[in-house]
Amino acid sequence: MKLLVRGGRVVDPSQGLDQPADVLIEHGAVVRVEPSIAVPAHGEVLEARGLVVAPGLIDIHVHLREPGQESKETVASGVAAAVAGGFTAVACMANTSPVNDSRLVTETILRSAERAGLARVYPIGAVSKKLEGDEMASFGQLAAAGCVAFSDDGRPVFNTELMRRALEYSRHFDRPIVQHAQDLDLTGDGVMHEGTSSACCGMPGIPGLAEEVMIARDLLLAEETGGRYHVAHLSTARSLRLVREARARSLQVTCEVTPHHLLLADRAVIDAGFHAHWKMNPPLRDQRDVEGLVAGLADGSIDAIASDHAPHTADEKVLEFQTAPFGIVGLETTLALCLDRLVRPGRISLSRLIELLSTGPARVLGLPGGTLRPGALADVTLIDPERELEVVAARFRSKSRNTPFDGWKLRGAAVATIVGGRIVYRAD
Amino acid sequence: MTEAIWTKKDLLGISELSTAEIELLLATAESFAEVAERPVKKVPTLRGKTVVNLFFEPSTRTRVSFEIAAQRLSADIVNFSTEGSSQSKGETLFDTAKNIASMFPDFVVVRHRHVGVPAMLARELAAGVVNAGDGSHEHPTQALLDALTIRRHKGRIEGLTVAMVGDIAHSRVARSNIHLLTRLGAHVRVAGPRTMVPAEIGALGVEVVWTLEEAIRDADVVMMLRLQLERQSRFLFPSLGEYAQLFGLNERRLERAKPDAIVLHPGPMNRGVEISSAVADGPRSVILDQVGQGVAVRMAALYLLAGARGGGR
Repeated sequence: MKLLVRGGRVVDPSQGLDQPADVLIEHGAVVRVEPSIAVPAHGEVLEARGLVVAPGLIDIHVHLREPGQESKETVASGVAAAVAGGFTAVACMANTSPVNDSRLVTETILRSAERAGLARVYPIGAVSKKLEGDEMASFGQLAAAGCVAFSDDGRPVFNTELMRRALEYSRHFDRPIVQHAQDLDLTGDGVMHEGTSSACCGMPGIPGLAEEVMIARDLLLAEETGGRYHVAHLSTARSLRLVREARARSLQVTCEVTPHHLLLADRAVIDAGFHAHWKMNPPLRDQRDVEGLVAGLADGSIDAIASDHAPHTADEKVLEFQTAPFGIVGLETTLALCLDRLVRPGRISLSRLIELLSTGPARVLGLPGGTLRPGALADVTLIDPERELEVVAARFRSKSRNTPFDGWKLRGAAVATIVGGRIVYRAD
Repeated sequence: MTEAIWTKKDLLGISELSTAEIELLLATAESFAEVAERPVKKVPTLRGKTVVNLFFEPSTRTRVSFEIAAQRLSADIVNFSTEGSSQSKGETLFDTAKNIASMFPDFVVVRHRHVGVPAMLARELAAGVVNAGDGSHEHPTQALLDALTIRRHKGRIEGLTVAMVGDIAHSRVARSNIHLLTRLGAHVRVAGPRTMVPAEIGALGVEVVWTLEEAIRDADVVMMLRLQLERQSRFLFPSLGEYAQLFGLNERRLERAKPDAIVLHPGPMNRGVEISSAVADGPRSVILDQVGQGVAVRMAALYLLAGARGGGR
């Protein structure tokens, strides 16, 4: 089993590489990255001329909905969407039904992932049993079964005592607590960002404060406990300021942002006529926040871009804005959106984007991958930065089509995805 | 009547109307106001057309006003309210819309507690949709009837100072009025408790002040908003008594306005809370006049939408 990826531009931020080179893969691992490697005997060749060869992209925040909500997504459809979007691995949240708060559920997810045989799946276990916020889930059991982090995502860990204990106890397993930071009292019945747009249209708002207050509290707890703390879908400029300040004090704090919070602002909700495809949690923030987050990508204070892929059926998303569920899908649009809207206009470099989508996420959750160093997992994404595409939700591999980006014309996309040395996706 | 032509299928909000469209609605309403003074209050304009009144929120005056408007235009009108309807049996709004569509109404007048429901129905239905109030978003016919009332008494809107006092954050009447009055050149001053006035509302071109006294100083028009007791969070203000003390309009406070100032209230009033009975029933009050203008405005809306769709006279 040998594969030579030949003639591409290797961009590997983990080694500071950005140069033409070949990548030789054997038995599921990277062997060498060098200019002009000879074709090995009994080896396959993948031509990469004109393409970017990157360490496999990792999405550390997806909802695969299995078990329990298979009409929205399954592990199989989710990983098919992942590899089509250039992702070689995903970390899936625990808010399934039943909740991933036990070894049995974790193993179910891993078995489905193995059967699908596409992207790697790293389950994230619950912080609290049944996500009820009352009792801590069995971190030891979950970690042993394969959970790479703990999160009640979809809901915050709201109880301060629980968050303190979770940050303390998770240290035994060297895994981070991933917080969906949202003060529920400040949220009320809010459904869009509280700001000029909500004031002008009368939609109940969720203030940026709801996120910031929770992060500020958690950072004090992280400082006190020494626990690893990761902010999921960070959405405001002030949240980012809090994270920056904490890092300056050497706390083990990381954060991710989503493509939609980088590209869309709250005004879009009104422009879309209040269609629920523009409804997500946290909500689309105002333009200043968008600018602040993009600046955070460039200056290094953001660790990862993650999609928060949240599939919902069409039946749910045709409901009126205030009733429909929060969330949009993202696995099949994230890379193309970032290439076209962040790299092309020069907001960030290609190498920085790869870092945010591969090396960074691997570091946040302590995953293998995110690098093409010899000996690393042979997870590789081939990107054609010039490939033109139109987002057509109806053709998604995901079971769900809930995206505000339907019809967007973008340039740049994954054209081949390699997992463990095996080509699991090739664009037509 | 003016030269402008109406092209919109729906009347969803003032914010999406041009100044010419607002003027056309008002001019058309003026011409229909005369119908109310006839012994036979009916014109054949919309004969054979069907209007569905789709009220998901309780309402008496707006629903009845639309009913009378439709009847004066000779349209057939059917009332559909949530009590005992399929909505309370768990049918989604989407299904309700499809069911209504299959009965081929010409107009659907909708009120719903959620923002954007009229827009959503407008996308789904071939019928013309009239927004009769959606959440805290818009209530366009209320703003139009307020404008008509102001014009009747003041002869104009441009250059007037209009004070709007109360729960701006949760008021669709406030939003539609702000859009309309600022568009027509009024100076709008809003005031209310800080918990009920989003500071960002200034983006709509209004002056934000924090006391009732400041708001009504030298105002030509004082518009008091209904305190929506049923939807208040318990943290927005401590008591009705304190609200009345700080933001209730009484005769003494009204003296700060211009001597010929008029007082509006969209109703239903909480007497003794946002407005005293002496003011509500006093010489400056034009509150009942507002209700009267409502029918003409709604006739105008249905009439113009019918024209846009190739019907009407």
